[in-house]
Amino acid sequence: MTGGDAGGRLVRPFTLTGGRTRPSRADFTLITTVTTCDPQPDRATRPQPEHLRILRLCAEPMAVAEVAARLDLPVSVVVILLSDLLEADRITARPPHPVNRATPDLDLLQKVRDGLGRL
Amino acid sequence: MAGSDRAAPAPTASARSTARSAAPDAVKILIAGGFGVGKTTMVGSVSEISPLRTEEPLTAAGLDVDDLAGIEEKRATTVALDFGRITITRDLVLYLFGTPGQQRFWFMWNDLSIGALGAVVLVDVRRPESSFAAIDFFERRGIPFVVGVNGFHGRHPYPAAEIREALALPDHVQVLLCDARERTSSRDVLIALIDQLIDAATGAAAS
Ligand SMILES: Nc1nc2c(ncn2[C@@H]2O[C@H](COP(=O)(O)OP(=O)(O)OP(=O)(O)O)[C@@H](O)[C@H]2O)c(=O)[nH]1
Ligand SMILES: [Mg+2]
Repeated sequence: MTGGDAGGRLVRPFTLTGGRTRPSRADFTLITTVTTCDPQPDRATRPQPEHLRILRLCAEPMAVAEVAARLDLPVSVVVILLSDLLEADRITARPPHPVNRATPDLDLLQKVRDGLGRL
Repeated sequence: MAGSDRAAPAPTASARSTARSAAPDAVKILIAGGFGVGKTTMVGSVSEISPLRTEEPLTAAGLDVDDLAGIEEKRATTVALDFGRITITRDLVLYLFGTPGQQRFWFMWNDLSIGALGAVVLVDVRRPESSFAAIDFFERRGIPFVVGVNGFHGRHPYPAAEIREALALPDHVQVLLCDARERTSSRDVLIALIDQLIDAATGAAAS
């Protein structure tokens, strides 16, 4: 039961994800921030229980890794569930800050520096 | 649900003037190093939440069968990833990821290092060689890193300069003696990494 993702390294449990192994259109990273849309779109279909748990968790923005940890599910599974929700316009996904080593973002670095200094 | 198991709210999180907060920008730093050097401990000491962990199932495909000999069953089937969070400002969050220490899980490091600001390589002063491969990894890929020398039992028998020499580190890589259990000590290692990045950036801008 090997997964279909690039490295073929992660097993995708099929029960939760309906057997789909197709890569999603969304590119969720571990620190992509997910937020539940408010209001939710009007839909005839009710979200599945696992989808509902995500919608509740992400009422406040939450990173993909944190969603996975709090649901106690592998990231690979959560990403598939999130793709469903994104396709249904139930969540928004903010990609992480792009990191370009050739042109570092000094403002960002200074902000992180100041924030750490306040800890 | 989410609120109940979170630690003290981040300084800005309580000020919810609007019904829904906008998603913050996100950056990450890796905490790397050999097996048992204190990575999880460091993530936990600076994180505003207690370290979270995800268990990723593995297939045999990612592993050399010989590598599996002798490790306990749990380790053979999942790889744990732990991480923490530091709210920098209302609109910027820093995530810390402890990389899996055992070499057989290093294929995950490639994925993890994409989009990272940089890394902290922790070194256990009693067995520095366990972190050689981590140093090689970041050096080869040009990923900026600092070295944190974790003094187990608070002991630092060697000065930083001596460790730098033993690890054959280039001058621009900072070496800090630290205690991964201490919040301020771990924070200072992160600050050193950011300072190193700022220095490199301003140096590049000047030339
Ligand atoms: N005395 C002392 N113990 C420490 C220190 N840092 C970590 N430890 C202990 O050393 C052990 C290993 O630390 P971890 O933080 O789990 O190390 P790790 O690098 O995450 O280990 P792996 O993820 O298994 O590679 C734990 O029992 C810690 O409590 C330290 O500075 N002093
Ligand atoms: Mg660990």
